[in-house]
Formats: sequence, structure tokens, C-alpha cells
Amino acid sequence: MKNYETVFILNPVLSEDQAKDTVEKFVKVLTNTKANIVNVEKWGLKKLAYPIQHKSTGFYNLIEFEAENNAVAVLETEFRRDESVMRFLTTVLDKFAVEYNTRRRKGEFKKDKKQPAKQAA
Amino acid sequence: MTLQNESIQRAEPKAKYCRFKKNGIRYIDYKDPDYLMKFINEQGKIFPRRLTGTSWKYQKKVAQAVKRARLLALLPFHGDALK
Repeated sequence: MKNYETVFILNPVLSEDQAKDTVEKFVKVLTNTKANIVNVEKWGLKKLAYPIQHKSTGFYNLIEFEAENNAVAVLETEFRRDESVMRFLTTVLDKFAVEYNTRRRKGEFKKDKKQPAKQAA
Repeated sequence: MTLQNESIQRAEPKAKYCRFKKNGIRYIDYKDPDYLMKFINEQGKIFPRRLTGTSWKYQKKVAQAVKRARLLALLPFHGDALK
């Protein structure tokens, strides 16, 4: 088992409900592979630094989970299959990253921007 | 006119230090673009170590974090007057 986190950007054309359903779908994909979901965060609609697929905004989502390495391949296949996912990035977390993330979740590095997003999640 | 060179008064160069080693930061978050702004210039290029004083170990991590942030459109690949 390793700790992973994945950030993905959903198409802004989706409605809030559709975006929520899509996130739930990916969470379900992970739980089907016996992964432990540690944290799910929605950052909401954010402006992109550069246009992706001619869109200037996107729904950012973060999932932290603990899984065997084959779960990542399954998840990424699902990302590629889903057209509403504009970008995704999965990273392995080392022990310092895990520590940092638990502190981040408690809001120790809180910036006013991040707080409302956390309540929405 | 004297032919002898006058002594130039140069300011004592300040010793550079690695901010990560000094502050005990072990992980650089790619999800925090405001923090990463410290390590890029206004065009979006990563500052070299000789300017920031970051140690080699952490410069690699800074570079990795900036590149990840760029992929997720948190930072631009190239920009104009970011600061």
C-alpha cells in the first residue's frame, strides 16, 4: 500500500451536480479496487493559467487515497475514458508529503482562499 | 591624475542560504501556486540556484513542484509580467 493523491480538472460546461456525480464516480472506482479514501476536496471553479481545450476555467478536485499500485492504472484509464476530465495528475506521497497533507487538512497553512473550498467538500 | 587604481568599495556579499534547510521544510507543495511564485521570474521561468541560494536537494524538488503546477494550469508555462 502506498499513499497517492490525484488532482483532476473537470470541464466547466458541466453543471455543479454533474461535476459532483463525476467525482463520486471516480471515488467509487477507487473503492472498488479496495483503496482507502483519505480525503476528497473540491476547490470549485477556478481560472486556469492558460486555456485547455479552449476553456479558461475548470472544476478542480483532489482525492487523497491509499491503495495498491494497480489501482492507479485503473483510475487513470477511467480518467482517459471520461471526456469531461480535462487534466489529471496522480502523484505518490512520501512520508513528508503525508505529514504535510494532514497538517494542510487541519487548515494549519490556511489562506482565506482555501477555507470556503474545504467547507464545500 | 594618478595612475594608481582607486580602491573600490564593494558591499560585503551576504551569505546565501537554503530556505528549506533553514526552516526545516521537507515537502514543497505543487498545489500552492502563490508559494511557488517565489521561485519563478515574471516570465514564469524557474530561478537558478545561484540566485535563490536553494540547495541542490531542494532545487530539484522546487523544479518538480513548479512543473507539476504548470501541468495543472496553476502556473503558466510562459507568461508576461506575472509579478
